[in-house]
Amino acid sequence: MDNLQILAVAPVFNLQLLVDGILIGAVFALAAYGMGLIWGVMRIINIAQGEFVMLGGYVALYAAGAGIPSLATIPIAAIVLLVLGWLLYRIVLFRLVDKDLFTSILATFGLSILLQQIANQMFGANVRSLDSGLGTLSFAGGQITVAEIKLVAFGAVLVLGAALVLFLKMSRLGQALRATAQNAAAARILGIDTDRVYAATFALNAAICGAAGALVAMTWIIHPYLGLTYTVRAFMIVVVAGLGNLLGIAASGAALGIAEQYAGFLLGTEFQTAFLFSVLVVILVARQLALHRQRLYLK
Amino acid sequence: MSLRNLPSDSGRRASLVPHGATRIGIYVALGVLVLAAPFLFRGIVTQLAFLWLMILFALTWDILGGQMGYNSFGNILFFGLGCYAAAVVQRDTHLPYFVALAAGMGLSALVALVAAGVLGPLTLGMRGQYFAICTLGLSIAAADLFAGWEFVGAGSGIVPALYPGPVDERNRFFYYVLLALATLTFITLRLLYRTRFGAAINAIRDDEDKAEAMGLHTTRYKVAAWMIAALFLGLAGGPVAGLVGFVDPRDLAFAGATFGVWMVLMAVLGGKGTLWGPVIGAAIFHTTQELFWTYLFGWQRVAMGVLIVAIVVFFPLGIMGWLRARWPQWFGEVVDEAARPARADGAGIGDERAA
Amino acid sequence: MNALLEVDRVSKAFGGVIANRAVSLSVPAGSIVGLIGPNGSGKTTLFSSIVGSHPVDSGAVRFAGRDITRLRVGDIARLGLIRTFQQTRVYRGMSCVRNLEISAPLARSSVRSVFAPFSKEVTERAETLLDFVGLYAKRHLRAGSLSFGQQKLLEFAMALMSQPKMLLLDEPTAGINPTLINALLERLRLANTQFGITLLVIEHNMRAIMHLAGYLYCLAHGELIAAGTPDEIQHDPQVLEAYLGAH
Repeated sequence: MDNLQILAVAPVFNLQLLVDGILIGAVFALAAYGMGLIWGVMRIINIAQGEFVMLGGYVALYAAGAGIPSLATIPIAAIVLLVLGWLLYRIVLFRLVDKDLFTSILATFGLSILLQQIANQMFGANVRSLDSGLGTLSFAGGQITVAEIKLVAFGAVLVLGAALVLFLKMSRLGQALRATAQNAAAARILGIDTDRVYAATFALNAAICGAAGALVAMTWIIHPYLGLTYTVRAFMIVVVAGLGNLLGIAASGAALGIAEQYAGFLLGTEFQTAFLFSVLVVILVARQLALHRQRLYLK
Repeated sequence: MSLRNLPSDSGRRASLVPHGATRIGIYVALGVLVLAAPFLFRGIVTQLAFLWLMILFALTWDILGGQMGYNSFGNILFFGLGCYAAAVVQRDTHLPYFVALAAGMGLSALVALVAAGVLGPLTLGMRGQYFAICTLGLSIAAADLFAGWEFVGAGSGIVPALYPGPVDERNRFFYYVLLALATLTFITLRLLYRTRFGAAINAIRDDEDKAEAMGLHTTRYKVAAWMIAALFLGLAGGPVAGLVGFVDPRDLAFAGATFGVWMVLMAVLGGKGTLWGPVIGAAIFHTTQELFWTYLFGWQRVAMGVLIVAIVVFFPLGIMGWLRARWPQWFGEVVDEAARPARADGAGIGDERAA
Repeated sequence: MNALLEVDRVSKAFGGVIANRAVSLSVPAGSIVGLIGPNGSGKTTLFSSIVGSHPVDSGAVRFAGRDITRLRVGDIARLGLIRTFQQTRVYRGMSCVRNLEISAPLARSSVRSVFAPFSKEVTERAETLLDFVGLYAKRHLRAGSLSFGQQKLLEFAMALMSQPKMLLLDEPTAGINPTLINALLERLRLANTQFGITLLVIEHNMRAIMHLAGYLYCLAHGELIAAGTPDEIQHDPQVLEAYLGAH
């Protein structure tokens, strides 16, 4: 493949892929952290996670269209999705908390289809993106270019991540969250209103995804059907890194981002999602084989 | 358990199912209706043909999902392989139409069986959520791979051979083929669920670790179950390709977000783990979906999403499941106070050792 | 008498917690041996180690002279070594009869016998065993609808149905109505004397195990602290301290 030769001949191009990979990987990690929160606290695997990201992107698009400066759309997307997440919890999700994982997977899958199709009807299937109005930095004599907005996005992810971790560690809600994740029944006995904790967790997760979506709209593209790919990325990262393992999630996110950049470059963009889902299968099969050796069959 | 699985010495029979002459009469009437349908309802033959496909989808999904407890979101993979195998045979061999179709279906069955036989051992060791998402990944990866593979037409798909006859006749022909396949699937499963195999997969569903600890070859049963599902799914590929006239990788063959999810829902709606549940669920679901399409066009997918969530959240037991929970006696779950008849040869438990 | 089961210095740790430390015991063919010890002493872990539910860290397990240390649960079960569970595990969605039918060992591992309905003999044997444990009247009910004690009896019947050479029973009398315990113990004895099944039994009910077993092993903190006849064990100071002493 010619592209492989390019990498060999101009090694500095590898840096471009690495940088792009890490930057997008940070956004993946954010979505993964949120998914891990819901999985850990509510025992729900949220297949609609990617749709939250997608909707956040559209909120950012329309906010920018209404004249709001690009960077300010990030908190707006977060807030809109926060409300949406809370509403969805109150209407639907609260019924899933006590059910088995299959029910939650199927229900959130239905939810993802619902949201995806609403977006399709309302916004059209075209690919859109948001111009952040920032420039492009270039390094190594123009061989490596990094859009400034991507750096800003990376910074935003770091800030958000740090804020999240602090919030969970320090605040009362954060403590209630962790208590509920460990043992919901015990938490209830201790007076924690687990229903409110769940609502807050789900809303918080939606907000995280909303912010991620705004970043995606500015750094890449948004369309109604990108939800599932983000869900799968988040899921893979959580499977590999474990719940709540921030460092692991960050590293896995970066690794996945880099891997995708290479795959897209070497195999062509039309195979990028095939690559993604194939990696998912490989990761799960490898995990299974490892468990099999230790005879630890997880339910 | 089936509605007629009551012991003969209980003296009680299920009150739900009519028996004797009435039952035979009902079956005959249904049979006539089903066979005459293409002539009675000329305008909707294709939709009716798809009803049989949906029933087949739900039944095959239920083998793994309802009877064995492994919720697969990737069963569509075998159907897609079947579509493509049959279409390729039709395209590349220049056999007469029906011979090519039969040969194609034969290849479809083989490919599907091999796929299940290879993927089974790799994936059926995973529990619950991992298996569900892994199979989802498999079906989407397949869609993308086939959409990029030149040999099978990449994103444009394949156009199978043209049916040698008018459209009406084509639709009728494939209606009967799909009817036959669905019926064959139903009968096979009915027989299968009464065998040791059926009990084994139920045991795997109820407590797989216990089944292993009791010496059941769980992996063999799991892979066999998936292969059986794959067989029927693969066989259905050729006829559907012929009926639709076009094999699209994402919208027909590996339509994970539509057929792939619907098969799960139909079984859940009707009651997973029962034989008639998937059939009833498929009938209701398909009818609803066709109505949505007709009356809510544009928003029918949204309505489907709402329906999915509603079914899963509010009606997880499904129709048959709900019936069974409410009236277990109809399903034979009764306490039988009659004492055990003494064995004619007066033997007691001491005999067991000799067996 | 030959030892049917030999456990040779088996050790198992979970993370930092040592559940079994170099435990050795031996069960002669045809005997009933008891395994006692306070809660948390590693008895159930030892069972799991023996039947291959988890790999052991060190040591060996031999069954009928054959080394089974590395074998998996399914293979060990097919050799005739079956265990029951402390939390009682049955196939909750199936009827009691089917629970037993599926526990019957496969006579010939052929495709035809797998895809055939259960033979009349199997069904009759299932009904006989259900009668044996007093569940005949409930045979068509879903196993999940039975009470805990009834499920325990069902699990015991399933174990017998598999025609094992040896049974590892984890607290067979726990949760059983005290008025029925004697009947259950009688059935255990019958299983041993009439069916020739060797038994290794974990028990907390001292009266029950002292009458049932001919030999006892006592675990505490993951180690074997005493072994002997019921008489010897009852007077062993270490055993008394393990049960009554404060930790």
